[in-house]
Amino acid sequence: MASSGHGSGRQEAADRRLRLIAGHLHPRIAASECKAEAAESDPVRAKTVPKRRQEVMKWNGWGYSDSRFLFNKKGQAEFTGRRYRLGGLIFPSLKDWFESTFGANLQHKSPPTAALNSSAITPPNLNEPFLQDLKSMGIPHSLEAEDRVFRAHGHCLHEIFALREGRFGRLPDMVVWPNCHDDVVKIVELACQHNACLIPYGGGTSVSSALECPPDEMRSIVSLDTSQMNHILWIDEKNLTAHVEAGIVGQELERLLNESGFCTGHEPDSMEFSTLGGWVATRASGMKKNIYGNIEDLVVHIKMVTPRGVVEKSCQVPRMSTGPDIHHFIMGSEGTLGVVTEVTLKIRPLPEYQKYGSVVFPNFEQGVACLREVAKQRCAPASIRLMDNAQFQFGHALKPQVSSIFTSFLDGLKKFYITKFKGFDTHRLCVATLLFEGDREKVLQHEKQVYDIAAKFGGLAAGEDNGQRGYMLTFVIAYLRDLGMDYYVIGESFETSVPWDRVLDLCRNVKERITRECKERGVQFPPMSTCRVTQTYDAGACVYFYFAFNYRGLADPVHVYEQVEHAAREEILANGGSLSHHHGAPKPMSDTCETTNQIAAYIQSHGLLRPRFLHLVVHDGVVDAKATEDDERLCRKRR
Amino acid sequence: MASRTLYSQRDPALKKRDDFEDILEERRNSSDLKYALKCYMPVLYKGVTPCKPSMIKTMVLQSEQLRYVVTELSKETGEATEVIQGEALAILEEMAHKLHLGTVRFFAYMLNKAFKVLYQRIRVNEDGIQRLQQAIQEHPLVLLPSHRSYMDFLIVSYLLYTNDLALPVIAAGMDFLGMKFVGEMLRMSGAFFIRRSFGGDRLYWAVFSEYVKTILRNGYAPIEFFLEGTRSRTCKSLTPKVGLLSIAMEPFFKGEVFDVSMVPISISYERVLEEALYARELLGVPKPKESTSGLLKARRILSEDYGNIHVYFGQPVSLRSLAQGRINRSQYNLMPRHISRRPGEDVQVFVNDVAYKMVRLQEESMVLRPWVLVATILLQNPHGVEAVWLAEQTAWLRGLAQAFGAFLDWPDHISASRAVASGLALHPNLVRAERGRVRLATEPKGPGARAPEEDLFNHAVTVLSCASYRNQVLHVFLRPALLAMAMDVAPTSRKDDVYSCFGYLRDVFSNEFILCPGAEVQDFDEACFLLTKCSAIQILKQDIVATERGRPTLSFLSAMFQPFLLGYQVVCRYLCEEVAESLPEKSYVAGVRSYAVKRILSGELACLEVLSSDLQKNVLAALLRMGALRKSKAGELVTLRVNKSAINTIENTLGGRVSTQKPVLARL
Repeated sequence: MASSGHGSGRQEAADRRLRLIAGHLHPRIAASECKAEAAESDPVRAKTVPKRRQEVMKWNGWGYSDSRFLFNKKGQAEFTGRRYRLGGLIFPSLKDWFESTFGANLQHKSPPTAALNSSAITPPNLNEPFLQDLKSMGIPHSLEAEDRVFRAHGHCLHEIFALREGRFGRLPDMVVWPNCHDDVVKIVELACQHNACLIPYGGGTSVSSALECPPDEMRSIVSLDTSQMNHILWIDEKNLTAHVEAGIVGQELERLLNESGFCTGHEPDSMEFSTLGGWVATRASGMKKNIYGNIEDLVVHIKMVTPRGVVEKSCQVPRMSTGPDIHHFIMGSEGTLGVVTEVTLKIRPLPEYQKYGSVVFPNFEQGVACLREVAKQRCAPASIRLMDNAQFQFGHALKPQVSSIFTSFLDGLKKFYITKFKGFDTHRLCVATLLFEGDREKVLQHEKQVYDIAAKFGGLAAGEDNGQRGYMLTFVIAYLRDLGMDYYVIGESFETSVPWDRVLDLCRNVKERITRECKERGVQFPPMSTCRVTQTYDAGACVYFYFAFNYRGLADPVHVYEQVEHAAREEILANGGSLSHHHGAPKPMSDTCETTNQIAAYIQSHGLLRPRFLHLVVHDGVVDAKATEDDERLCRKRR
Repeated sequence: MASRTLYSQRDPALKKRDDFEDILEERRNSSDLKYALKCYMPVLYKGVTPCKPSMIKTMVLQSEQLRYVVTELSKETGEATEVIQGEALAILEEMAHKLHLGTVRFFAYMLNKAFKVLYQRIRVNEDGIQRLQQAIQEHPLVLLPSHRSYMDFLIVSYLLYTNDLALPVIAAGMDFLGMKFVGEMLRMSGAFFIRRSFGGDRLYWAVFSEYVKTILRNGYAPIEFFLEGTRSRTCKSLTPKVGLLSIAMEPFFKGEVFDVSMVPISISYERVLEEALYARELLGVPKPKESTSGLLKARRILSEDYGNIHVYFGQPVSLRSLAQGRINRSQYNLMPRHISRRPGEDVQVFVNDVAYKMVRLQEESMVLRPWVLVATILLQNPHGVEAVWLAEQTAWLRGLAQAFGAFLDWPDHISASRAVASGLALHPNLVRAERGRVRLATEPKGPGARAPEEDLFNHAVTVLSCASYRNQVLHVFLRPALLAMAMDVAPTSRKDDVYSCFGYLRDVFSNEFILCPGAEVQDFDEACFLLTKCSAIQILKQDIVATERGRPTLSFLSAMFQPFLLGYQVVCRYLCEEVAESLPEKSYVAGVRSYAVKRILSGELACLEVLSSDLQKNVLAALLRMGALRKSKAGELVTLRVNKSAINTIENTLGGRVSTQKPVLARL
């Protein structure tokens, strides 16, 4: 070493520094051992996600058991629980909006079956040798019906609808809770050895049917719940990265990082429940991607356990040019190739200042033109979303009861100004919601720039409140769906990404197609079909659709729903959109999207290239224990 | 082959059609001026904000599509973009319409006056109007009227104005602009003008297609054009032209509109205004150039009775549902939409199919008056018939036509003899009824002996005019008649043989009649079904045989199409006998005509319809298509090279002299 010949003072300083750093890190380090056992005994740390999730979360709906919308005795909508800012608030206009939009009626209820009837559930199909070996390793598991039911579904409409009716399809036969990466390696090895089938389970928020158990699967199905792998293993402040176990849920990750003064900035709408591993497996996108990037921009390193060994890169670097990036095989594989166990993510110092905002446009066309201009000038704030008129009305219906006459007077005045003075048509206007983040000064400067652009397209600044409420809608929408389902209204969202010049055409055509298809399929009431432009890119935008209808009078509402959604997706494809921007490939349509597996198989079948990539026989969302040939150059075996 | 139960479902005789109402009646009882000045507030496409014609022009000029082509051309030719942009503006100025309500009101006033004098009734299906009103609001609209008279233009706009519907923008031929004042008048009532041919001119194409698409995309007004491209001089639907239709479909394919509704409109005239003019034109007197003075001279016609007009607005056809499963719209996703490219094979085939479908829909809803049946019978009996027999025969034909699904306007309470009489009364220039006999009128011998050619010519005018009425009913009988002819021509009565003859005839005549490409089997099935239904034929296990009762029907059907069969044979014989190796294309029509005249005068040939240049041109197209003729170009001169053996074979096959040897057609 060059320093070896120099004075001892310098050596001493270096040693001191090392000690200091070691002191900082010590309580958090010990990466080689499992952290979870230690944490279990740690009373300070409250578990966000317990093993028995059904104790805090609904088994047949979205989110926490204590939080839900309901219409109270006076017929007013309210939100229960104390977890959210909305808790205990009254939403006076939600009922009218609900009844007039869907033709629904509070007299016509369609409540779910009250409780989970464990006796109705088929006993597990156990793989005894597997179970014995698992027990001998001391990895926690469960065979209880409630645990199995909880992990048998994602949050697709048909899944929730069946649960509410008390119908269960094929369930996982057991649940295992690995505590760390090594546990996962062991479990996967055991599964290979005893021919069991594994389904990785993170937050359970999948909307692509990836968690559905194949009904014809004869082997024992093991649900691999990653929730106990929820630690930040280390934070590297110099390189601004954090190494995190993949089972951590979004809100927990953000909370823990915030404590150290950092954030990832990755905020998908499901971040309360979805996990890091899930984000990687589905190529997730966050609301603030304009500043922080999507998951593929955030990920520095991934560790994935496959039936043929562990896949990871040998370094933690920002970019490589050694063949196709293996990360891009893992991201979007939706659990078909292996289990993501640990991820290194970029982190950022917490922003100094955050500000919401909103702009009203006279119509959707003008709004889209403005967003396009913002994207062109590359000055998009952390988040910018444009809601169409129907969604604006929806958001408006979620206005909580105002506390003072003064506020309601102000609201009235605002409305008067926009509709009467500025001549906006309440049935055409639309709203863009904004979120700025960063240095205070820069935010204010940025804000001005964006509002100036908006003004060129006829946009009027409409205040922070409207902006904030817009974002709230996306977090509570899943709770609202449960409310709808209590009153014969079913719905779901789907999304697409589309080139700029086709945004308007796509939105119009898809909405129209939905309305038409509903009519043709005998839906008695006009559906709600609404969209928002929810992300902007250089070359296009992400468009998000909500689609819901009142199903009274339909024999098989879910089937009708699926047919309409299928038609809507077909329309999206015909209009130049993609099947998905971030939800993942919808399973009924995945025949239309060529997955990497298909491409690899195709190329190999022509013998053009020597198979270079790891390829596995896979089912939808299922790691199959029987892999075929492999290529070990890309995976380092750690056995 | 499909079973009987399948047949009955598509029995054309069961077709449900709307009722008509006379719209002139109301006009006769109220003030024309008040009508012209009435409050006109049409419903528009989904509350689109109305914009001025000049706005459309600006939009076209600023469109990316046009700017792209201008830049490309500028790169290729080296000319400044401003210059080319200027040319584009000039083209647009020449093309664009300038709808002006005042002019429309003026037209409405004038037309009102004219219609009341010319016609007894203008009957329209009110339900169709209602449907139109609905359709206008939902999707951009394309109106596709049949085209048999100049009146078609005016009638449709007149009806829409009367019913308070949005006035269409109409594609018209540039030749109208030749008529000084009237051209501009038409422009101000919504016509836009396109050159008849602009094959290679990319700029023209770009301006034109963008103009049409802009109107369509914005739902600014319904677009009206004639699929047949030009007026049919023979009252037979013409093979559709697909250029404008494929432009009109593009906004849908590219997702710029949700759907496009296409409305076939069938306009049938009891007596066509241009009747004699057409016959003369077909015989070689060129069509007079459109001129204002010509129009004024035409005032003479105001003194005659032209009977009824029937306008049938068909069911709007959704382009989206037609394209469902046939067109993969994703193919347009891989290129920016403003760059136009040649549509793919699937799109071309689709557009062509739709064009045929729409023309067939027009045909199906054409109202037929008893007179067309009378004309059909008279043409088969050129030397006249007993009036009583004529009435009987007409009644019989009525039954047959109805069984085949014809849209006859012949109420049950009107007897055959009355129906015949009213037809005869309306066409005194074509028929004579004397001493209980009815025959085609021939011009009275004038003073002094005239050349036999001249006599022949005069007689031919009558025959061709009469034929134009018979032609109106041909589409009803076409398929069964082809089968009847195929049974005549086929060497045996085996199904296979009959089918291949049927296919052959269908192929030969596919320029003459509307026969959808690729629909041989359906057409054959339909023909078999219809003839079986009226017990004219029996379908056995292996064979198709005529029944005793059916023979008159079959021979009547064959005779109805005999002129075409003969016409094609005569042309073939001309090419074999009179032409050495090749002939200039220009002299083809004249050559055929003089050959035919010779044969007729010598008494070898009795069929005067051979003289129709329409038929001659169709034969030419058919022979070119079948490879019996080949075009070769040397400078300006286009020469036709004759493949004599091929032509000989065609002639013999049509004459039933040689069996269709080894047919290459698909077997059943």
